[in-house]
Amino acid sequence: MQYAIQADGLVKHYGETKALDGVDLAVPTGRLLGVLGPNGAGKTTAVRILATLLTPDAGTATVLGFDVRRQAHQVRSLIGLTGQYAAVDEMLTGVENLMMIGRLLGLPRGEARERAKTLLGRFDLADAGGRATKTYSGGMRRRLDLAASLVGRPQVLFLDEPTTGLDPRSRTELWGVVRGLMADGVTVLLTTQYLEEADQLADDILVFDHGKVIASGTSDELKATTGAQVLEVRPLREDQLDLVAKVVTDVLDVAPDLSGAMVTAAVRDPAVVPAIVRRLDDLGIVASELALRKSSLDEVFLALTGHRAEDEQTEKALA
Amino acid sequence: MTAITATLPGRVGPGATLRQTMTLAWRSLVQIKHNPWELLDLSIQPIMFLLLFTYVFGGAISGSTGDYLQFALPGLLVQNALFYTLSTAIGLNTDITKGVFDRLRSLPIARTAPLSGRIIADTFKQVWAFALLVGFGMVLGFRVTTSVAGLLGALALLVVVALAMSWMSVLIGLKASSPEKVQMISFSTMMPLTFTSSALVPADTFPGWLKAWSDVNPVTYLADAIRGLLIGGEIAWPTVVSLLWSAGFVVVFAPLAIRVFRSHV
Repeated sequence: MQYAIQADGLVKHYGETKALDGVDLAVPTGRLLGVLGPNGAGKTTAVRILATLLTPDAGTATVLGFDVRRQAHQVRSLIGLTGQYAAVDEMLTGVENLMMIGRLLGLPRGEARERAKTLLGRFDLADAGGRATKTYSGGMRRRLDLAASLVGRPQVLFLDEPTTGLDPRSRTELWGVVRGLMADGVTVLLTTQYLEEADQLADDILVFDHGKVIASGTSDELKATTGAQVLEVRPLREDQLDLVAKVVTDVLDVAPDLSGAMVTAAVRDPAVVPAIVRRLDDLGIVASELALRKSSLDEVFLALTGHRAEDEQTEKALA
Repeated sequence: MTAITATLPGRVGPGATLRQTMTLAWRSLVQIKHNPWELLDLSIQPIMFLLLFTYVFGGAISGSTGDYLQFALPGLLVQNALFYTLSTAIGLNTDITKGVFDRLRSLPIARTAPLSGRIIADTFKQVWAFALLVGFGMVLGFRVTTSVAGLLGALALLVVVALAMSWMSVLIGLKASSPEKVQMISFSTMMPLTFTSSALVPADTFPGWLKAWSDVNPVTYLADAIRGLLIGGEIAWPTVVSLLWSAGFVVVFAPLAIRVFRSHV
């Protein structure tokens, strides 16, 4: 299989801190790899190395066959990068920002302007194109930033936490844009702290923690590796919650989780569910909700790392 | 795909480098269109200094505002040019903290273009500020008593010194943690440096220790040179010393700035 992005044994240290501690990754052409992990897991460091902004201490990486270290210029002409911060010049208008990139990439003035207009239209910024970008909302800046990374029609796109700090609506809009790019055949590496985002967009997912890849696979595979499925039972009468918990404990031999008037437990063998239903029926307990579902990526992440992905955001904000 | 990518050039040619540099210079200059405040900073501040110094201190220092204006305008030109070199640092630092610098670095463009584009734009702004200050001074009664060559020479000397100083500016811009820090650094270094020179007042009344400092202060030499070029007086020696100081600046700060810049690029 041909890989658009390939990295072997990437290491990057900052003094004592190992930002990357031997990372391998490979993205097949035309696919979207989601790199999932909390703040400080090394996601951004990996992107910066692949986008030629940072030299690794050890390891090699190629983008479409070009070495990111020795053939950095070729790599740069094939990639687009959207970082964590909307990197737009606040003093320039939307059109000027995109025209500047077009001109830098060697487009004649007229073509650069056309390309800018097309992209602004595509990202729903046509009306705002003549305004200085400092007047833009956060979501608009991110869209402009993404548009800027597309001026050169990249074959490989790096999206480093493109939706961090966006409201849910802008986030969904951006997801739509990313899906559109996928349809054009662009290879994408997307980092995110949001499990839902990886679940929604990624063909394959890598989970980073402390500079290492701790798990990989498709969203379904990851959910399957940690066990399992999840049984949820909500009794119609809330006072029967303890009784339900006892039944579940007896059958599954694990202590279930009680929260929000619901009993939740990990299930390894789906065959036990009928037994639970029978026991509940015998006791005359009516369930208002009874479901067997795949564990969410959230639960997967917790099982893999022992901590939640999004908690560390607040830690970092405090630090 | 291999067929397309195999022919990609591995570096940027000189023509493309020049074009990219000019595009980035344009980018710095077109900002003025959207941010009149920057133009005001650039224009109002020197004019305010000119008016304040001439009409508030002028009579007390030189006996008449007209005499003082003639003495002080060359010094104000120097002060303004030196202050303005730090705008390179502020612009560079803003680009780095906002992520624009990373975006530019991820493009297949000459590594030097972001820096040289900015310096070219700042040089244009220096020329603009010089013209404005001289023009406004002439409205108030300042006269160039030497020649057009002297005027152009003064401009050339200021641009050369400013370019030399911009190495220090680049270093500060790369190192400082925020644009506000840059502003603070610039204010607390340039202000004492210009005020303890002969730029704005004759140094004769300084106490001995300050006079001793003023006599070696590079700003004194630069102000004397500009004064000589515009209204007559000694030109050769202060110009030579100013250029030597500039060379010293380049020798000290250029390697440092380039090293830090390389580690960023």
